[in-house]
Amino acid sequence: MTQPGNVHQLVGHLFRQEAGKMAAVLTRIFGLHNIEQAEDIVQDTLLQALSAWKFKGIPENPQAWLYTVAKNKTVDLLRTQKRRHEIENDISVLLKTEWTLVPTVKNHFLKNEIDDSQLRMIFACCHPSIPYESQIALTLKTLCGLSTSEIASGFLTNEETISKRIYRAKEKFKTENIQLEVPVNDLETRLDAVLKSLYLLFNEGYNSNSTNEIIREDLCSEAMRLCILLTENEITGQPQSFALLSLMCLQASRFDARLDDQGEIILLKDQDRSKWNSKLIGKGIEYLKQSQSKQGATEYHLEASIAACHALAEDFDATNWKYIYNVYCELSMIKPSPVIEMNKQCFGVCRDH
Amino acid sequence: MEKFMYLFRGQDDRMSTQTQAQTDEHMQKWGAWMGDLAARGKFVAGEPLHKEGMQVNGSGKTVTDGPFVEAKEVVGGYLIVNAKDIHEAVEISKGCPIFEHNGKVEVRQIQKMEL
Repeated sequence: MTQPGNVHQLVGHLFRQEAGKMAAVLTRIFGLHNIEQAEDIVQDTLLQALSAWKFKGIPENPQAWLYTVAKNKTVDLLRTQKRRHEIENDISVLLKTEWTLVPTVKNHFLKNEIDDSQLRMIFACCHPSIPYESQIALTLKTLCGLSTSEIASGFLTNEETISKRIYRAKEKFKTENIQLEVPVNDLETRLDAVLKSLYLLFNEGYNSNSTNEIIREDLCSEAMRLCILLTENEITGQPQSFALLSLMCLQASRFDARLDDQGEIILLKDQDRSKWNSKLIGKGIEYLKQSQSKQGATEYHLEASIAACHALAEDFDATNWKYIYNVYCELSMIKPSPVIEMNKQCFGVCRDH
Repeated sequence: MEKFMYLFRGQDDRMSTQTQAQTDEHMQKWGAWMGDLAARGKFVAGEPLHKEGMQVNGSGKTVTDGPFVEAKEVVGGYLIVNAKDIHEAVEISKGCPIFEHNGKVEVRQIQKMEL
């Protein structure tokens, strides 16, 4: 049992993680159009935990404690007839009778169902009809449990802007009649949209100018966590999902080496390579191997290959610039952009010297 | 389409001695069965019932404890389903997990009152 005094520091991280999971599960139960209801229960649960733990200390299994409280609140609410009739989804009938109400709610808090609910939620948040900036804000709010002020700090904007983005995204749930599902029939397009959003989320954490280092690392680790969920699922564990996860691991391996004490960027050339995280590099290479497919390389495959080439080089001069130049040439064909074109030229120079 | 009521009786007492995991597993089967009925548009309504209750009797409305029938005759719950006829209703009932616990299902058609 943890001493009551430490409650605030210890629960921060736990709450963030569990809030996202519970919100996904409860939205699965109440339906996407009742997402506010789900978020209310999560908030109530966390508040109850905070006040109880302050006096009694943190329970041995805080996650189970939170889930029990959330389950009870959910069942209580579902027993009031009014709310039941507002739910229209594949499990709504199971929530209407005592035969199955409690088992159904309990069942959705099992590990594999939590993962499934989160996946459904990722696809809803990253629906192509929602603009990318709103997709990311909504994902961070609902799936990652970040507050609007934390998101605003990560994006160097104000809370009002973030609130508006989230509000607009939620409106789309209703106007576009977005379904809470893993879209098997339209998988490739929808998965592309999800990966793009996670890629942007990761880059926001990796490259942003926000001075809040903790938030930046959180953005990266949350993007990775959600990407891992995708790779672990049979349907969404596609080669491109593994490629993106590989890219994230390889980039994240340099997290500690790329800033100096003043927070200024250290160029790749000058980075202390002993500070690179070899465990993450190993994982990145492993995922890159798993991403191989007959369908050919996506932009994530190519970017991960470049990152892998850097990660495996002894030092800056020993880098295989020819290989990197060639991959950039390929990349500029499938994803033309001025930045890639510039990189291609730079690495062309590196290759020639 | 007609409506039928299932009256569930005689579920043995093993739930009280089973582990939580075994109970959960059994209730999952009820969930799966009812979920399937719902998906096929068969499910209408239903609830499980406590074993104990009270009886209000006759013109004098005397109240007694009860029902004092044999344990295996106590109604443990009901379910209302849509079915074409009694034969389909009987067939549907055979999927009920109650038989694993040695129970029985009485299938009765809902009577439509004449105008």
